[in-house]
Amino acid sequence: MSERLTGAQILIKSLEMVDVDVVFGLPGGAILPVYDPLLESPIRHVLVRHEQGAGHMAQGYYWTSGKPGVVVVTSGPGATNVITPVADAYMDSVPMVVICGQVATAAMGTDAFQEAPTFNLAMSITKHNYVISDACEIPQIVAEAFHLATTGRPGPVWIDLPKDVSGMEAEWWWPSDPTACLPGYKPRIKPHPRQVKRAVELLNTSQRPIIYAGGGVLKARGAQALQEFAELTGIHVVTTLMARGVLSDDHELCLGMPGMHGNYTAVTSMQKSDLLITLGARFDDRVTGKVSAFAPDAKIIHIDIDPAELSKVRYADVPIVADANRAIEALIVEYQKQERRRQERGDAPVDRAAWVEQINTWRSRYPMKYVESDEVLKPQFVLERLGQHAPDAVLVSGVGQHQMFASQHWKFSAPYRWINSGGMGTMGFAVPAAIGAKVGSPEQTVWVIDGDGCFQMTFQELITAAVEGIHVKVAILNNGYLGLVRQWQDLFYDERHSEVHLGGAIPDYVGLAEAMGCAGFRVDAPEEVDTVIAKAMSIHDRSVVIDFRVDPTEHVFPMVPAGASNDDIIVGPAYGQTEEEERVILSKGKFGAAPMAQGGQEDTVLPPERSGVHFEMDKKED
Amino acid sequence: MAQSSSLKTLSVLVENQPGVLARIAGLIARRNYNIESLAVGPTEEPHFSRMTLVVDQDQTHIEQIIKQLYKLVNVLKITEFDPAEAVERELMLIKVSVLPERRYEVLQLGEIYGAKIADVGACGVTLEISGTPEKLDDLLALCEPYGVLEVARTGRVGLERNEKRASLI
Ligand SMILES: Cc1ncc(C[n+]2csc(CCOP(=O)(O)OP(=O)(O)O)c2C)c(N)n1
Ligand SMILES: [Mg+2]
Repeated sequence: MSERLTGAQILIKSLEMVDVDVVFGLPGGAILPVYDPLLESPIRHVLVRHEQGAGHMAQGYYWTSGKPGVVVVTSGPGATNVITPVADAYMDSVPMVVICGQVATAAMGTDAFQEAPTFNLAMSITKHNYVISDACEIPQIVAEAFHLATTGRPGPVWIDLPKDVSGMEAEWWWPSDPTACLPGYKPRIKPHPRQVKRAVELLNTSQRPIIYAGGGVLKARGAQALQEFAELTGIHVVTTLMARGVLSDDHELCLGMPGMHGNYTAVTSMQKSDLLITLGARFDDRVTGKVSAFAPDAKIIHIDIDPAELSKVRYADVPIVADANRAIEALIVEYQKQERRRQERGDAPVDRAAWVEQINTWRSRYPMKYVESDEVLKPQFVLERLGQHAPDAVLVSGVGQHQMFASQHWKFSAPYRWINSGGMGTMGFAVPAAIGAKVGSPEQTVWVIDGDGCFQMTFQELITAAVEGIHVKVAILNNGYLGLVRQWQDLFYDERHSEVHLGGAIPDYVGLAEAMGCAGFRVDAPEEVDTVIAKAMSIHDRSVVIDFRVDPTEHVFPMVPAGASNDDIIVGPAYGQTEEEERVILSKGKFGAAPMAQGGQEDTVLPPERSGVHFEMDKKED
Repeated sequence: MAQSSSLKTLSVLVENQPGVLARIAGLIARRNYNIESLAVGPTEEPHFSRMTLVVDQDQTHIEQIIKQLYKLVNVLKITEFDPAEAVERELMLIKVSVLPERRYEVLQLGEIYGAKIADVGACGVTLEISGTPEKLDDLLALCEPYGVLEVARTGRVGLERNEKRASLI
């Protein structure tokens, strides 16, 4: 009864089976057979202008829709163009499936036209990758790929489809179980009850606990559980760059972003805490600063679905391998149980009043602050105003100063409204990711905060957006510089600006926007900001680009110099800190302060002691 | 290659699929792990292969290697053991430069170590020996004075002992 189909038809049908409704891609020789049955499929195809755009669109699409983004590219240059977003998705654990054309099986390995060694290339930047050798394998491999991409620690999966395989006929079938041929893949979802008990015991003796919430909580859809847990225990939460919005910034217990450019209270409360309840976060060097000086008094509860993260950077006193949402729920239940017991015993709860007071003192003393101006346009001011006009927007950011300003000065009130390239820091991420985000959630307003440098890497996707009728709004914080690099040259290289000036006035962004079918505006002065944003908000039939000419000399503060301890945080001129005072702190980083930018001592990261968690991972065990 | 107590053996059971060796080698290279030897071969089950990695734990964080290897979808099981808890063997071919008049001395050495004669020529002899890596080291050292022309070693393979005790079978 079964129908015979070509490999290409089987592929498209398999994508329909796993509920794919949109793919981002661009055709070419090796993938041509796949594009033909696409014409009959209900799956929407967004035709990009560069394959890097397709990859970032798939990432943006995931964040707003919760579904893995799918990319279709051809062999050789199509494949290599998508390497950057795939690596980005791998670093940020974003589920993605790449369908990549390949030269015919017989030509593979012969340096054929448009052959790239994609199996080898993809191997080290994906969760898993495949080369399909027979059309009958396609359903199984597609089912597996989506299962792998979306379960456990999510990530990109890459499928190479040689041209002869997509032309080959086979019988249609569909696997009943995507895991049937995955004997080596058993992610641990449920937390170990004994470890949960130990974690709550530790929490109940802690005087200065902090919840360190990372992107894993969002991946696990654990924002609600997190809020419940924080409220139940009264413990304050820092939200990493990947997790902004996982707890609303308005929430009394939310301390905002920690790390190199985190706010004073988030950085310092982690630093002084005696217990870090780490949820789906990975002690990235941008969070810890000098590892050996990071939160020296803190014990660590570390919950992650990836066992390899536990004790990788910092020894975990209580390691828990689990899905973050399941683990938080288990912590809540266990906490309530231990609370009841405590009350039955008539014991007093731990008194954390002094700690809470300390946190509040830091908060009122060091709120996010910048040197305001009536004459020059400050990037932070633009963000504040934008936040007033579009508080519920999905904010998609590029990489650089503007990214840090956005994360610092935007009030995130809900999860999944902040999309950025965290682990990889990929310039050019924002415009295509925003387009993908809009496809994933068409009702939401999507704003891009981009740098002039980043914008120039991928703006051509606005043409894609115009042609496809996907409307996004772009605010370029145009400082005329590769600003973040310039900041480092200011601080560590005695203001010797080497190859960071972009031009500022070239290109003409208004003209460029119009040429791409978008509306374009330019803002030079603070008083024009509100009018233009309001105008942009009223345009619904096109994308909008606003060229905000912001102060090129602005620096991102607070700042912990790379390699310095998080105790050495520079709060900046808004707090009356002088350059001399800055210089003293800068000299403690590994680059030293300009002008003696010789590079100081590297922070040698010693492997932590053995944590003993690996026995928990035996895959043969349930 | 003197035996030092800091060596650990990892026996890695993997799916017998194309590219698995490349995945493991790639992971080791990318994460800068220090591997003493790596041997690959089939197992009792045709779907699976076994890779034996010897790692110097003074130079590498073994727990991280194990966890990163486990992240590979094709890796099923990793067993970690000390040389004392395992049976470990290695095969070596050693080509010794020796003229016919002194050949007997080399052959006698080989005999003491249970080596086989794999090949004989006018100017040399090739011995084949399997055993613990230390035993191979010893024979190699004794052949050194004659002139060792070439050596090929497989790297060690190992299995955990049936009973965990310090028996020497
Ligand atoms: C693809 C890529 N190349 C280089 C870098 C290094 N880099 C990080 S931030 C930055 C400057 C970004 O400039 P711009 O987009 O204008 O943002 P600004 O810092 O000025 O806000 C550079 C070059 C990077 N992150 N990504
Ligand atoms: Mg710039």
